[in-house]
Amino acid sequence: MKTAVFVEKNPLTNRLRDVSMELAWKAHSLMNEHKGEVVGLFVGDRLPEDTEKLFQYGIDRLVQFTNPKLGHLHSIAFKHVLKAMIETEGPDFVLFGATHTGRDVAPLVASAMKTGLTADCTQLYVDDFKDSGKILYQVRPAFGGNILATIVTPEHRPIMSTVREGVMRLPEQGLDRKPDITTFKAKVQPEWIRSKFLSTVAKASPVNFQTASTIVSGGAGVGSRENFKLIFDLAHALGAEVGASRAAVDFGFVDKERQIGQTGSVVRPKLYIACGISGSVQHRAGMEDSAKIVAINTDPDAPIFGIAHMGIVGDMKEVIPTMIKYLKEEAE
Amino acid sequence: MKKIVVLAKQVPDTANVTGDAMKPDGTVNRAALPAIFNPEDLNALEMGLSIGEKLGFEVHVVTMGPPKAVEILKHSLYMGADNVWLISDRRFAAADTLATSYVLAEAVKKLGDVQLVLAGRQAIDGDTAQVGPQVAEKIDFNQVTYVTELKEVDVDHVVLERDGETRSETIRTGFPVLLTVTAEANTPRFPNAARMLQFFRAGLESDFDEESLKIARENGWVVPTWTLDDMGLDPERCGLSGSPTKVHKIKSITLKGTDLQLFNRDKTGIQEMVRNIVKDYVEVER
Repeated sequence: MKTAVFVEKNPLTNRLRDVSMELAWKAHSLMNEHKGEVVGLFVGDRLPEDTEKLFQYGIDRLVQFTNPKLGHLHSIAFKHVLKAMIETEGPDFVLFGATHTGRDVAPLVASAMKTGLTADCTQLYVDDFKDSGKILYQVRPAFGGNILATIVTPEHRPIMSTVREGVMRLPEQGLDRKPDITTFKAKVQPEWIRSKFLSTVAKASPVNFQTASTIVSGGAGVGSRENFKLIFDLAHALGAEVGASRAAVDFGFVDKERQIGQTGSVVRPKLYIACGISGSVQHRAGMEDSAKIVAINTDPDAPIFGIAHMGIVGDMKEVIPTMIKYLKEEAE
Repeated sequence: MKKIVVLAKQVPDTANVTGDAMKPDGTVNRAALPAIFNPEDLNALEMGLSIGEKLGFEVHVVTMGPPKAVEILKHSLYMGADNVWLISDRRFAAADTLATSYVLAEAVKKLGDVQLVLAGRQAIDGDTAQVGPQVAEKIDFNQVTYVTELKEVDVDHVVLERDGETRSETIRTGFPVLLTVTAEANTPRFPNAARMLQFFRAGLESDFDEESLKIARENGWVVPTWTLDDMGLDPERCGLSGSPTKVHKIKSITLKGTDLQLFNRDKTGIQEMVRNIVKDYVEVER
C-alpha cells in the first residue's frame, strides 16, 4: 500500500507549508497501520529550504521535479508532471492540501486520470470496502457544513482527497530520519505554459491564527462594521487575534482573511470568545476544538452554547465594554 | 460569433438553513430550503457580461440541473445574457464533479467557438471548487482560479488578479481560458427592468400549451433543454454511473455536550466571568 502527498511550499519564504507536513504525518499514521509507504511529490522551481522536515513528519521518500519555469502555478504543467509521477509511483491514495494551489491542481489531475477527488476532508481512515479491498474513507462536511458525509471511491485508483490546513495535527516530536530524495525526469513542454505572471505581491495579512493563543470572534449579531470595533477592543485588551463568522464577513463587518469556519481558517486556540455568533455548523467546524470556548449571545438557544464552556446570554454591545473594564482591573 | 460561456448552478441556500431543513433520518430536506443562484456564479456572469460588452462576444449561460433550475436561467436573461441553456436529464442525477464536468465540457464543445468559460469559485452546497478546473481539463483550456479582479480585457487576452493565498498574482493569459471567479471580483448587476418585462414569461417548452408555445417561440421565451441523447453523451460517464465517488454514509451533526457555566449579564456576572477567563488564561499562558 502506498500514499502520495503533494508537497507545497510558501513561495515567499521558500519553506514548506504546514499542510504538507500535516498530510505527511497523517499519511504516515495511515501507512504505519497498514505497512505501506509514504511518498512525497514536489513540483516547483527549487526545493524548499526545510525539505528535511518532510522526513521527520513521516515521508519515506520524496520524488521531486524542479525547473526554473515552474516558480509560478502553471496549472497545466503541474498537472502533467504530477500525473506522470503518480503513474510511475502507483499510489493507492493521493493527498493534496486544500490550498489555492492544491484546489487548482488536484481537480486537473483527477480529471486527467478519471478518478475520484473528495474535497476538504476532515477525517481519513483506511478500511475494507466490500470486494474492493482496503480503501480510504473520506469524511467531509457537506451542505454548508450541516451534514457530515463519508465519501468512498471504491472502483478507481488512486483515491484522491484534499484536506485543509490546520485540520490534521502535527505530533509534538517528529521522527529521526534521513532524507531520501529522487529526481523525476520530465521535460516541460512549451504548451504547458500558457499564463504569464506579470507581478506578484505579498499579501499583507495581519491575521495570524496559528500562533494566537486567544481569538475573539464576532458574528452577525455584532450588527455593523462600527460595532465590530468592540471585538477589536476586546481582542486588544486580551492580546488576542480577531476572527469572524462567515455571516460577519458576508455582511462586510470585517475582512475575509479573518473568517473562521469550514470556508475560512480552522483554529484551535486555548481560548475562543464568540460574540454574537449563533454557532452554525459552518462556523463550529473551524473552532470547536478550541480548548476553552466562551459565548456571548442574546439567544439562549443558540447552538454556540452547546459547545461553550462559559457564557453570557446578553447583548455583546453591553457585555463587551464591561468585560474590558474588568479585564483592565484584573490586569492591575 | 465568438462566445463566452458562464457555468451556473442553482443551489439550496445553505447559509439560511432552518429547522425544517433536516429530515428526522438526518438527511437533507431540499424541498424546505429556498433555491438560489449560486452567489459566486453571479460574479462569474457579471464578469462575462462586461467582457462580452467590451469584445462583442455572445454570452451564454449553461446550467445542469432539474427543470426548476430554469429560474436562474431566467435571472441570467434579466441580467443580460444572450442565450441560456438547461442541461437536464434524470440520468445526470447524483453526478459527482467528474461526471458533472464531463457533461458541462461537452456542452461547451457543442456550443462551439467558445473563447472564455467562467464559473464561480465554488458552489455553496458542495464547496468543492472542482467542477471549473475539471471542465478546463476536458476542453484543454488554460485556467486561472480564484480570480479577484479583471484588470484588462482585449480581443486576444485578459489580465487578471488571482488570490494566490500567500500573495496576489497578476496574470496575463490569451484565449481560450477558463476562469473561476470569487465574490471580491465585482458586484453583480441588478436585473434590468426592460429585460424582465421581455422575459418574465420565459420558461421550458413544457411550461407552454400548444397555442402559447408558438407565441413563446416568436418572443424567444422558450429556454432550450438539452438531454443526454440530445448531446450524444456516453451514459456510462454521466450521473451516478459516471461518478467515481459515492456517498457511503451521511450523518447530521449533533452538538457535543459541554458543561456550560452561564453567568448573569449584570456587572457581577460579567466580572465573575472575566475572573474565570483571566484565571484560565493565566494558567494556560504559564
